[in-house]
Amino acid sequence: MTSSDKPVMIEFRDVHKYYGDYHALRGINATIKAGEFFSLLGPSGCGKTTLLRTIAGFEGISSGVVLVDGKDMANVPANKRPTNMVFQSYAIFPHLTVEQNVGFGLRRDPRSKEEKMRAVGQALEMVGLAGYGKRSAHALSGGQRQRVALARALILKPKVLLLDEPLSALDKKIREQMQLELIKLQREVGITFVLVTHDQEEALVMSDRIAVMFEGNIAQLDDPETLYRLPKTRQVANFIGTMNFLPAEILSEAGGRAEVQAPGLGRLTVDIEKQISSAPGTGQTTIGFRPETATLLFDGQAATDRESMGTVSEVVYYGDMTYYDVTLDDCDAPIRMSMRNVFGRPVLDIGTRCRVGWSPGAMVMFR
Amino acid sequence: MKLPILRSYAVLYLAFLYIPILILPIFAFNDSTTAAFPLKGFTTEWFGRVFSDPALGEALKNSLIVAGSTSVFATLLGILAARALTRYRFPGSASLSGLIMLPMVLPEMIMAMALLVVLLSIGVPLSLFTIILGDVLICTPFAVAILTSAFQSLDKSLEEAAQDLGEGPFSTFYLVILPLVMPGIISAMLICFTIAIDEFIIANFLGSGQKLLSTYIFGQLRFPKNVPNIMALGTILVCVSVLLLATAEFFRRRGLARTGAKDTGGFL
Repeated sequence: MTSSDKPVMIEFRDVHKYYGDYHALRGINATIKAGEFFSLLGPSGCGKTTLLRTIAGFEGISSGVVLVDGKDMANVPANKRPTNMVFQSYAIFPHLTVEQNVGFGLRRDPRSKEEKMRAVGQALEMVGLAGYGKRSAHALSGGQRQRVALARALILKPKVLLLDEPLSALDKKIREQMQLELIKLQREVGITFVLVTHDQEEALVMSDRIAVMFEGNIAQLDDPETLYRLPKTRQVANFIGTMNFLPAEILSEAGGRAEVQAPGLGRLTVDIEKQISSAPGTGQTTIGFRPETATLLFDGQAATDRESMGTVSEVVYYGDMTYYDVTLDDCDAPIRMSMRNVFGRPVLDIGTRCRVGWSPGAMVMFR
Repeated sequence: MKLPILRSYAVLYLAFLYIPILILPIFAFNDSTTAAFPLKGFTTEWFGRVFSDPALGEALKNSLIVAGSTSVFATLLGILAARALTRYRFPGSASLSGLIMLPMVLPEMIMAMALLVVLLSIGVPLSLFTIILGDVLICTPFAVAILTSAFQSLDKSLEEAAQDLGEGPFSTFYLVILPLVMPGIISAMLICFTIAIDEFIIANFLGSGQKLLSTYIFGQLRFPKNVPNIMALGTILVCVSVLLLATAEFFRRRGLARTGAKDTGGFL
């Protein structure tokens, strides 16, 4: 089953949210499919957490509709929704044991006590905390609390699991490990996951699709690769990774291809068929490319596509990688390129003349 | 020590505060009817007299009724106010909190007189009940102060988590919020109890001749031969008060440890 024919799990229809005069959500339209790992990505204050909380029912909306599994959630309180949440602070009940925390949501479950205990045991095993049941909740480490919060939410077999920056309080190592575990877990349980994060790398690693949000709007909703390869705006391009921007002049435009003239690169053809459609035209525009799509050409190395001359203006050495800022001839602003360090190849000094290989196919045009 | 003057000041200050209280037990065990040095000999006679005085028994019973009821009512009101002030933003919440805390700094004499005038004019007969009313007014700000800090140290997402896991507002309150603020509630009750048990002005103005501990002691002081009894009774009261306050502080700290909150300095 491809993602396009999966049923819709969550749907936002023109959702607005005001806090007094502040317009926190400005007309959100989006659908999240069943079984999808969906991320809401954006800087703090962009409305991503507010949007997540409208799914959970902790935040009312000013206008619009939020549907979960086809049902309008307008009059459904948080405790009756088919969603469960992992909170940023984990919200583990400090006066209860691990077991009591995980079993908290089973209070109204008609099953016998033994069956419930078995379910709690299975949930703990699933998150790698088998045998921790009798421990007191406030004696756990950050990573362990995170797991308890996951088990506590998943034991109820919700239709949607909401995760509010669940990894932001963890160390880098544990965070990376938890990212992989979460992906694995999501594939196992098949539940729709909606993750809120401000970490673009985390979103790229974990998600099937990502909604990038700025100032209460979804700026772009795509799978990670499209989002990285073909950002629709400079803001999105800048938020996800690094991108070089060069001013360019459109000479002609037809059949999804634009002929442009850019300083430092010369005349080139950009494929704009998959980019946002707009009336063809001429005039000033901006083109951009990712640092890893350009390469320094050493000695007699031939360019795979096009090549330009420039001067190294900054060198940043990262061990496995070196970042070079190169000022192309006839171009004012330097471009950034990332080069994998290869054994035996010297790191260039500032001021070195160099050849830069690049490809028109990697270019993105911004209007 | 660079500034010995500060150190001597601190020592003198503490001496001034606590030596009078330390003198109390000394005379309570002194075998003399006058509270004066030099000490005569050791005796427990005064304690015996305290326990055999029926008027004192009556006063103690009344005081326990007043202090017990006051601590329960003031804490209940405190819970409602603290919950409202910490959980909800509403117009006038800041001034409301100020009004609730005002009796803490208002002269008690004025409040007692005002209450007396109102109670008499609407025809409420003075009794233990009217004393309790006045004491609740005095104690509620203390309860609100302690409970507000208890409610504030609660992570709001704990409540949301309980709702998220299927609990309604009431079950969330007694399953999650109440257990977590319980140490604060016990601490508030104990503080209110200690304030109410020796409250004099309210007892004097709003009572109609029922003896309470405070009014009983005041009455006894007029008879010099009863002074040693008062010393003995005072010694007992000091010990009980210290015990109660220590218990209150114990529960407050345990509450902080439970919720994992940082200690921002207690009420004591």
